[in-house]
Amino acid sequence: MRENGFSLCLISKSAEETREIGRIIGEQLGAGDILALTGELGSGKTCITQGVARGIQVPDEYGITSPTFTLINEYPGRVMLYHMDMYRLTGPEDLADMGYEDYFYGDGLVVIEWAEKISDILPADNLYVSMRYLDESSREIRIAGDSGKAGKISAALKAGGFC
Amino acid sequence: MLVLAIESSCDETAASVVRDGRLILSSVIASQIDVHSRYGGVVPEIASRKHMEAIVPVILQALDDARVSLDDIEGVAVTRGPGLVGSLLVGLQAAKSLAFARELPFVGVNHLEGHVASIFLHERHPDFPFVALVVSGGHTNIYRVSDFGSFKTLGQTRDDAAGEAFDKAAKLLDIGYPGGVVIDRLAKNGDTGKIPFPRSMKNSLDFSFSGLKTSLLSYTKKRTTPIEQNEIPDIVASYQEAIVDVLVGKTLRAAEISGTARVVVVGGVAANSRLRYRFHDDAAKKGIEVFIPPISLCTDNAAMIAVVGDHRLSRGERDGFDLNALSRWPLAFRQEDEKFGS
Repeated sequence: MRENGFSLCLISKSAEETREIGRIIGEQLGAGDILALTGELGSGKTCITQGVARGIQVPDEYGITSPTFTLINEYPGRVMLYHMDMYRLTGPEDLADMGYEDYFYGDGLVVIEWAEKISDILPADNLYVSMRYLDESSREIRIAGDSGKAGKISAALKAGGFC
Repeated sequence: MLVLAIESSCDETAASVVRDGRLILSSVIASQIDVHSRYGGVVPEIASRKHMEAIVPVILQALDDARVSLDDIEGVAVTRGPGLVGSLLVGLQAAKSLAFARELPFVGVNHLEGHVASIFLHERHPDFPFVALVVSGGHTNIYRVSDFGSFKTLGQTRDDAAGEAFDKAAKLLDIGYPGGVVIDRLAKNGDTGKIPFPRSMKNSLDFSFSGLKTSLLSYTKKRTTPIEQNEIPDIVASYQEAIVDVLVGKTLRAAEISGTARVVVVGGVAANSRLRYRFHDDAAKKGIEVFIPPISLCTDNAAMIAVVGDHRLSRGERDGFDLNALSRWPLAFRQEDEKFGS
């Protein structure tokens, strides 16, 4: 994670709250943005992505499901959402098969679960969201990035009653 | 009709020769053969190119195993989606090239329809209409199937697929890979009722397995002592039963609601022995007939693509050489009894 950026930490008390935090984050993101998600199994990465999707206006009839086996799920919204999952990859070299450059440097919002597996090749100006299990329903959500983008998200989360 | 089919939508590169959409002459899956021997022993380091390296040897092997040559093939079928576009394109280009060079008709097939159609390769298969559960690592869907190409979605997962719930539980418990197979084996010696894992979305035909995964995570985190090896069978048997309960319960309920007494269960998770047993047992009590293909046809294969391909090619359907791959291709949107593929 970047040393000289901006970061904040919040606690979500439920899956619904995690989705709401995701929605607020999604509203601030757009074409060309990359959201790198990290955190152990069951920490809520797909859950927060469900919120992000609503934040960029992916219609409700598109259920946002885990991309672990499919590797990439695509959804139309205000911009395209490319929901990727690195869980099954052995390392960055597997990414070539996925045509990742088309996504990373394309015209959509890229959300990457298990981003730590490809940290070497991620562009520098990502937004990082790391999630941690606290108890059955609560999660710690840490958001970090450059002060512009993460700052805007922080303000939006405050306005939404978080932080 | 003698159809050559190619499948490359996700992890597997596969080819198959099937006669009349019923009789498998060959079914080759790259992970199960020594692809590299056909390349003179050159072993590639990087898995990312595996479809491209496997596609030609796999097709040649399928023709060899079927004891036919390209001259005998009357049509080509290929998976068009859903899946990874980069992977799909390898199969699609191979199919187009063959069709073009040999002046053969070809059609692009939906991978999920292929799974449903895999039941027609089994001696014992149902008439239309029936309810189908497609359950794998990436999909958990219930359809009402009125004909080839005519699907209505009755239920689907809201988060994780059932196969993923198996795989991630095995990872959490650190009991090995592939998770579904390991759990199936270990659960045979366990108590299915030992731990009360949740059954979610009781009043819907939709599925959610993410809460179950979290419940297992919580179970492991709340422990003050490490989980002993001798506890694993009870844990996985209870966990597996939670998955099996909802898969069986919702699928049979879907059959009752949609007024059909025939249920088809396909996809990788349909290889699970407890799921097969419970489907037959529970369905018999309700007077519902259950059809599950043999395990070799449950996991991804190309023979199932040939079944759909044969049906469409025999009706004179053709796709053009401009056919593209589709990463997202639902068999049917909810509440719509629409025909797809047009």
